[in-house]
Amino acid sequence: MSDDPLLTVRNLRVVYPGDDGDFRAVRNLSFSLGRERLGIVGESGAGKSTTGRAIMGLIPYPGRVDADEMRLGKIDLTRLDEKGFRRLRGKRIAMVLQDPKYSLDPVMTVGKQIAETHRYHFGSRKKAARAAAMEMLEAVHIRDPARVYNQYPHQVSGGMGQRIMIAMMLIANPDILIADEPTSALDVSVQQQVLAIMDEMVKSRGMGLILISHNLHLVSSFCDRVLVMYAGQIVEVCDVGRLHEALHPYTRGLLAALPELGNRRAELPQLQRDPAWLLDLPAAVGAVAWSN
Amino acid sequence: MVELEGLSVTYGAGPTLVRAVIDVSLRISAGDALGLVGESGSGKSTVLRAIAGLIPHAAGSVVIDGRELPNHRPRESRKIMQMVFQDPYGSLHPNQTVDQALSAPIAIHRLGNAEKRIMAFLDEVGLGREHRYRYPHQLSGGQRQRVAIARALILEPKILLLDEPTSALDVSVQAEILNLLTRLRRDHGLTMLMVSHDLAVIAHICDHIGVMHSGRLLEMTTAAALAEGRVSNPHSQQLLRANQGFDASGGIVDVAA
Repeated sequence: MSDDPLLTVRNLRVVYPGDDGDFRAVRNLSFSLGRERLGIVGESGAGKSTTGRAIMGLIPYPGRVDADEMRLGKIDLTRLDEKGFRRLRGKRIAMVLQDPKYSLDPVMTVGKQIAETHRYHFGSRKKAARAAAMEMLEAVHIRDPARVYNQYPHQVSGGMGQRIMIAMMLIANPDILIADEPTSALDVSVQQQVLAIMDEMVKSRGMGLILISHNLHLVSSFCDRVLVMYAGQIVEVCDVGRLHEALHPYTRGLLAALPELGNRRAELPQLQRDPAWLLDLPAAVGAVAWSN
Repeated sequence: MVELEGLSVTYGAGPTLVRAVIDVSLRISAGDALGLVGESGSGKSTVLRAIAGLIPHAAGSVVIDGRELPNHRPRESRKIMQMVFQDPYGSLHPNQTVDQALSAPIAIHRLGNAEKRIMAFLDEVGLGREHRYRYPHQLSGGQRQRVAIARALILEPKILLLDEPTSALDVSVQAEILNLLTRLRRDHGLTMLMVSHDLAVIAHICDHIGVMHSGRLLEMTTAAALAEGRVSNPHSQQLLRANQGFDASGGIVDVAA
């Protein structure tokens, strides 16, 4: 295992043209991902999901993606066309979305969907794909995989659906898993289980994980490192253990605004947004984030 | 102010009968805030809806302000009690302006003085004159929830029922709404019943907290006891652990279909 980053992103920009000028959804974003669990937190509209989609080549027209450097191992993502991305998605980078109800095909049994992924990426025969799918269902701790294999998505619970989604995403052994709010649609008691499974899979396969979430608690208890995004930029990079030493007023404001068990305050400090946070950050901050 | 005695709610009949709420009794005194927590399907929202009269209860009684309410609610009961829902995008009519949303309850209850009332309550929830003629899609999530709160308050109810009022909102907006609710409760002496799966949010607003599981009220506890982890029921303990973020020591449980 080498220490080379799995993914390197330098000055990623995503722009949507609008009536009054371009909207810059992601601005000069730089980071690198090793075999670690990286969290991206921020509020709605901060550009977290857009970042994930840009890496997957999933920004639809008229959105524009552009970067000084975006590499997955040796592959230059900035030069890839749709066909190239299609070969990559699922095989090298996989994505788990928020709600399995919408990301699974409702008219195909879950087993077939998992097997299909295997056949597509490995060109395997039906029987081999089926065996691989069964094995994956077992790996995500589903008892009686033979029965679940033949079930349709509406017949499984949310937590089970997300396990199936993870099985499908990991069957081709990708280097990177991007999980975009993977547990937000799930019950608190089920969230733990889905995270634990993701954790186990990522560790045992030596993958890199990007966890996108608005939930600071969740990210700080699960990830190794956190990128905090505000208005399309990374405002801060922290090791999770040191999140409470965060310097940026936005990060501090977010932490303070969270109600805490055992620390009841008469009033929660409200986040005062400084217009200065919207200004383009000097490249140096991005470079720090990148060199980490 | 609110008294439930042996409240049960069922759906369906015969072999497909589902008992959503089973024998729940609780009491909230005037000016108090009570929270209900539990996982989805535990029946916490159903309790709220049964109190509001949105669904009929099968057994037990709902006593509000000393009067037992029948399943078919008289109009006056709506004036005592109002509800705020989770998703303000779903609870506000998309083709009605804020002004229309706030005018309707005034007209229905023939309160009069609409102009002054609307302005006063918009101000109360921190919205300005400029928001009055906007449609829900022209407002942010936090502003929409403020409109929903203003609509609930405009009848000057004594009881506010809150069903996950902040779970669709960002952290910073959640803080603003929670502060608003705290202030409104203080200024108007409101009695609140709030449902949420987020223990920290519940403990911030409420003094007394009930834990629900599969339709039953398992345990009544206080915010302070919860913070110190003093809960006895295993389901409450599990809920507490789940709320403290990811904990790898929990291990993985196999699921069956």
